[in-house]
Amino acid sequence: MIAFLIKRLMHAILVMFVISVLAFAIQDNLGDPVQQMVGQSVPESEREAIRERLGLNDPFLVQYVRFAKNAVQGDFGYSYFYREPALEVIARHLPATLELVFAATLIIVLLSVPIGVYSAIKPRSLFSRFFMGASIIGISIPVFLTAIVLIQIFAIGITINFFPPETAWGAWLNSALSTQGNMPSFGRGHDLVHVAGHWDTNLATWDGIKHLVLPAISLASIMLPLFIRLIRAEMMEVLQSEYVKYARAKGISMRRVYFVHALKNTMLPVITVGGVQIGTMVAYTILTETVFQWPGMGLMFLDAINRADIPLIVSYLMIVGVIFVVTNTIVDLIYGFVNPTVKLTGKPA
Amino acid sequence: MTLKKTLLASVIGAVVAGTTMLPMAASAETLRIGYSADPETLDIHEQLSGGMLRFSHLTFDPLVRWTKDFQFEPRLATEWEQVDDTHMRMTLREGVTFHSGNEFTAKDVVWTIERLKESPDYRAIFEPIATVEAVDEYTVEITTTEPYPLLLNLATYIFPMDSEFYTGDTDDGNDKAEIVKAGNSFASRNVSGTGPFIVTDRRQGVRVDFERFEDYWDTETEGNVSRIVLTPIAENASRVAALLSGGVDFIDAVPPNDLDRVRDAQGANLYEVPGTRIIGFQLNEERVEAFQDVRVRQAVDLAINQEGIADRLMRGFATPAGQFSPEGYSGHNPDLTPRYDLERAQELMAEAGYEDGFSVEMIAPNNRYVNDAQIAQAVANMLSRININVNLRTMPLAQYWPEYDERGSDIAMIGWHSDTEDSANFFQYLSFCIDEESGVGQYNYGSYCNEEIDALITQADSETDLEKRNEMLREAEAMLYEDVGYIMLHWQNLAYAAADGVEIEPVVNATDFPYLGDLVINR
Repeated sequence: MIAFLIKRLMHAILVMFVISVLAFAIQDNLGDPVQQMVGQSVPESEREAIRERLGLNDPFLVQYVRFAKNAVQGDFGYSYFYREPALEVIARHLPATLELVFAATLIIVLLSVPIGVYSAIKPRSLFSRFFMGASIIGISIPVFLTAIVLIQIFAIGITINFFPPETAWGAWLNSALSTQGNMPSFGRGHDLVHVAGHWDTNLATWDGIKHLVLPAISLASIMLPLFIRLIRAEMMEVLQSEYVKYARAKGISMRRVYFVHALKNTMLPVITVGGVQIGTMVAYTILTETVFQWPGMGLMFLDAINRADIPLIVSYLMIVGVIFVVTNTIVDLIYGFVNPTVKLTGKPA
Repeated sequence: MTLKKTLLASVIGAVVAGTTMLPMAASAETLRIGYSADPETLDIHEQLSGGMLRFSHLTFDPLVRWTKDFQFEPRLATEWEQVDDTHMRMTLREGVTFHSGNEFTAKDVVWTIERLKESPDYRAIFEPIATVEAVDEYTVEITTTEPYPLLLNLATYIFPMDSEFYTGDTDDGNDKAEIVKAGNSFASRNVSGTGPFIVTDRRQGVRVDFERFEDYWDTETEGNVSRIVLTPIAENASRVAALLSGGVDFIDAVPPNDLDRVRDAQGANLYEVPGTRIIGFQLNEERVEAFQDVRVRQAVDLAINQEGIADRLMRGFATPAGQFSPEGYSGHNPDLTPRYDLERAQELMAEAGYEDGFSVEMIAPNNRYVNDAQIAQAVANMLSRININVNLRTMPLAQYWPEYDERGSDIAMIGWHSDTEDSANFFQYLSFCIDEESGVGQYNYGSYCNEEIDALITQADSETDLEKRNEMLREAEAMLYEDVGYIMLHWQNLAYAAADGVEIEPVVNATDFPYLGDLVINR
């Protein structure tokens, strides 16, 4: 266990090193940060002075060594736009993103497990067919569109008047299909509860949760269909296996067979995929947060790219690299608990 | 509607709940703004940008400000008098206090102008001012190095800062007055101005909160906004959605695709203002020999259908242009209009010996101007009709400017807003013969050079008789029109949208800095 964790720590360091080199190597292609800091009419000589002060004229290696020297001491540089240490900026934006990912994960878990299991047990039922069809559509709709549609329906509201309003049924259909739209469409709201440090939570007030709902649904919409299909496929396979047949032959109640014996083995690959996907979800927050103006890391990163805020971009990429390593480590640990035959360090048992 | 009320209630709590019940005429109102960007810093001299100037108009007051029809309205300066060719005397408003409680006097104006002359962004614009002196408590005298007709235009950029507040050292030993680009200076974190609003809370990139300054000098204004919550919403669709869902009361930069939607929406109103930013192209004469021939330049100009682009691509959200100066500017020449004529363009190409055309590269940004990439695409198609084959590359802003500065392509797109709200500025940056030493022609991508026009503009800039000066500028526009030193497309309009009852129309103008201190809300 200790050996495993140490190995993963080395992984994390290696990942951070590689990412930092890559991020530094591409910075020339990100554009000129000074251009964003000055008015258009500012003469070239002034720009040059600022570039010189920020050390942007030094050769790649000099810049990288200077950065690396500071980075090992925990100083990742100063964001040009926020005028604060880059790590500080990320720390401030991290809780918003984590809460969003948490809420989306919650939606995925609560929906995908029952729907997936049900459609495996009763693959021919109308309900199962509907969800299989819907999940295909769900996978193919880009998250940006999902978000815009959600905003239109639930935040702005839609008025339907296809049906003749003078008839009773028409009026009823019109009003049943129209939406009021009173969900908030952007931001985290003003009703946040301070927890600790930079962490203000959306989860403690009704207003906060209302702000979280639409972004969380649209973020979840990417992964939900995938998980439903994954759980269904795994479950169907498990239900065909010998030990399930044996359990049924023994006369164990179906409920126990499905939810104790079969589900446990179904979840093994789901956990592996899930761990990786949660990491990917952090990447998808870039889109979701932009549409909903959710003040998390994704929005911050997109802004940083537009402004060529290089210290912030490099730090973000490194932090996300670490998040990937950490989630994978946790997944492997959980996997070990669920399936004791797996040995983490890879030595023969 | 219910959300609006709950939000409002949660935002200002008992204050509004109390006032909505009382039958008061001018009740205190909260304005929730969704701008495309928030101010980069709190130091108004750190960066010259639209966001910073909007911020300046909230927390500071200029000496004078522009009215809708480009006249000067007295603010902290009440009167001004040109003593002789190089001296101007300004009388300052009495009884004005800063947010800190300090009294506003002539020394603050002197201090502010001296600081402007230190600012990397403003230094060049304030070059003409030689010295400033406080004659007495409420009079300043500004001396220019040479006769300079645009002193009042500059005065719209002078937002007096609280000299006492910004003087001294911080706890860690830095000068409170220092201007640090993208750094952590005292002035970038603290504000004391004379303006109608005080910053109460600020989380960069997330929101800025303002409250009305109780001792604001302008007691005659009918503005009743007591609190502002500014949320930056960069994504166009999200910003519009925020307004339509009632999440904010006022947004800027409504994208052309959403104009109709906002216009038709219930509970929201659209306000369009003709803008002053010229959008156009520059032909690189250094790289393409054909562009040195005036006939080819004219052919390019004639081949482009400005009206069509403004009508269809911009959906009426632009005013087709035949010159730099928009209406209202000193040099606007009503005779110069777009002259789309494809046949004549083809003839000119043939006359110049380029009947078979040639191939060029074109670059354009894709996130700087309204519909920039689409406009470039349309222009590329139009040029193909006179056999100019265009290979177009578009890129985001951060990459565009470094590419632009290299002048390595054949045609480049650029938009320009005159910092002085005056015609000469366009020429000096976009069409003057490049002179690295003085910095003129800094954005003359095509290395176009017409010394006659340059001389006329330079002469105009030291002509203090404004009638004569305007005549010169109009003539310069006509000369540029004939010589096609810049391919004009249109002036990009401004579009704001506001919720019902938010009377935005009287406080917005072509400069894009709404005067929110005077905003009236009648809900």
